Amino acid sequence: MTTTMKPEPEAATATAVPIANSLTAGRLPTHAPWIILGTAIAVSAAVFAVLALAAGGGYNWGAALLVGALLYIPSIWLFSSLVEGGRRAMDRLVTALVTGAFVLAMIPLISLTITVVTYGLSRFDGEFFTYSMRNITGEGGGIVHAIVGTLLMTGAAALISIPIGLLTSIYLVEYGRGRLAQGITFLVDVMTGIPSIVAGLFAYAVFAIFLGPGVRLGIAGAVALAVLMIPVVVRSSEEMLRLVPNELREAAFALGVPKWLTIVKVVLPTSIAGITTGIMLSIARVIGETAPLLIAAGFTASVNYNLFADRMQSLPVFVYTQYANQGNPAEAYIDRAWAAALTLILIVMALNLIARLVARIFAPKFGR
Amino acid sequence: MSTATTAIKAKQRPGDRVFSASAVFAGSMILVTLAAVALFLIVQSLPALVATNEEASILPDNFWSYVGPLVFGTVWAAALALLMALPVSIGIALFISHYAPRRLASVLGYIVDLLAAVPSVVFGLWGIGVLAPAVQPIYTWLVDNMGWFPLFSGPVSGTGRTILTAAVVLAVMILPIMTAISREVFLQTPVLHEEAALALGATRWEMIRTAVLPFGRSGIISASVLGLGRALGETMAVAMVLSATGALSFQLLTSVNPSTIAANIALSFPEAYGMNVNVLIATGLILFIVTFAVNAFARWIVSRRKEFSGAN
Repeated sequence: MTTTMKPEPEAATATAVPIANSLTAGRLPTHAPWIILGTAIAVSAAVFAVLALAAGGGYNWGAALLVGALLYIPSIWLFSSLVEGGRRAMDRLVTALVTGAFVLAMIPLISLTITVVTYGLSRFDGEFFTYSMRNITGEGGGIVHAIVGTLLMTGAAALISIPIGLLTSIYLVEYGRGRLAQGITFLVDVMTGIPSIVAGLFAYAVFAIFLGPGVRLGIAGAVALAVLMIPVVVRSSEEMLRLVPNELREAAFALGVPKWLTIVKVVLPTSIAGITTGIMLSIARVIGETAPLLIAAGFTASVNYNLFADRMQSLPVFVYTQYANQGNPAEAYIDRAWAAALTLILIVMALNLIARLVARIFAPKFGR
Repeated sequence: MSTATTAIKAKQRPGDRVFSASAVFAGSMILVTLAAVALFLIVQSLPALVATNEEASILPDNFWSYVGPLVFGTVWAAALALLMALPVSIGIALFISHYAPRRLASVLGYIVDLLAAVPSVVFGLWGIGVLAPAVQPIYTWLVDNMGWFPLFSGPVSGTGRTILTAAVVLAVMILPIMTAISREVFLQTPVLHEEAALALGATRWEMIRTAVLPFGRSGIISASVLGLGRALGETMAVAMVLSATGALSFQLLTSVNPSTIAANIALSFPEAYGMNVNVLIATGLILFIVTFAVNAFARWIVSRRKEFSGAN
């Protein structure tokens, strides 16, 4: 409807050309981007159909969609610059690029989810969750030993890091002044960036110095995980403690409550939901760590309930070893790796989900 | 102990003393832990620094000729990953902060964060099982048609498990943290600046270019440095996806690829014995020093602008 208009509305009014609607003059209609997108994908699909017929191969839907989306970017710019002028064309181009960036990031996420679920379901059965890999070569077997190890080591890591992390955050928020607090804040930030494999090497080095070289223990894995977990707990709890309004502390002080009781009875209960969320997210983060456990706890085929003796298997390391040390038939090993990966992802997602629910349900009810 | 800054001294109760002492103790544990990490790694790696091939069988000649290609591979893979992740993460951050409908924004942010929740070993499986076969035809095409470009020269890898694939996986893995930081900073742009730009007739992109991006520059820098730190230390995905030969090579698409420090440790450590263990720990120490420096630099940039307290 605007094709007969001059591109500039101001120019149009100045020369008194009749205008149907001066507000929409010189603009693409709102549905134009969708039409252009649809056309671009249709064109690309047609081209790929011709190519598929010519080559006699199968039809590549992914490539057709991708090329169509790529085609949309220059075409929206072209149409917009013809109708709306250079500045708006630039705006539309950036909008397309920015949206494209988001869609691009979704591709691996969706592809990964689909792959893990489809490949993982083939061995996602009763035997998988009731057997270990002891005396099993080839088909069959399960992940009981890996689940036991993961639970024990993550639990021990949580036991080490939650008290330290929580007390450190209390120190930083309630007591910390001056250089020590600044230094700790800085080092916690830096500690979040320690590569996980370095944490594994550290745990190995500590235990190797005292127990001799070649040592692999569940507790060493737990120490490595704790090194990775502490900074995450500190950061999230610190943020939550800072959200507690100062008025609450002052009210408690005014009633003559000692500082430590104020913290225990007022500050912590107010922020407990957020702290729980942070702790669960930090567990979700370390439960998927492979490299430190591979180094510090090693791998085994048997169930091991003792953190202080012998090697201990864990879910992520199970995925890796099944993939890396394939036996015969290789299919059985790959299937187990995918099924364990699916289990691991489900655990991590469940932890994430529960953490968000806790944050939502138990959030303090005062003014937000 | 907190020294009272007011004139009135608060009465010290035993509970207070115990509580504040344990808080200080826990805080100092952070310092002790980091110092212990550095100390134990140094103690274990000192013998490796002067070791020769007779003592440690994985050394070709001496320690430095062993670690050189690994450092190169680590930096090269991380730099490639950063190069790919930076524009995409800025795009996603802008999309969530300024383009997506308000209601959807937090949900979309959560979806991007889901990428961070995927364990790296699963990314490794996905990289081998899905990504490498999918990009292999593209690599073949690139070598055939763009082979004149030095980075793309052949012969093409038959598996697709090249350093470029590893860098793509790394880029996907560092996207969430980079997006989260950039988004945080973009959202803190003063609304008045944005509205002023729009009121002067700027389009949305012009508003972003003149108000949001200049304000968020230090956030973008620190996001990329933090992303670089993550990419340098990422282990399992690289160890699984990359089929490394340990050569020093810039070519992206061939089957001759440099390994990275972290991946090399993960692959060699389970079978290592004797002095080889110390050599691997020494490479880990170098990785620790590099990532420590990179992260400290990033945090320094963030702390220069205190307004970004939430960016972490």
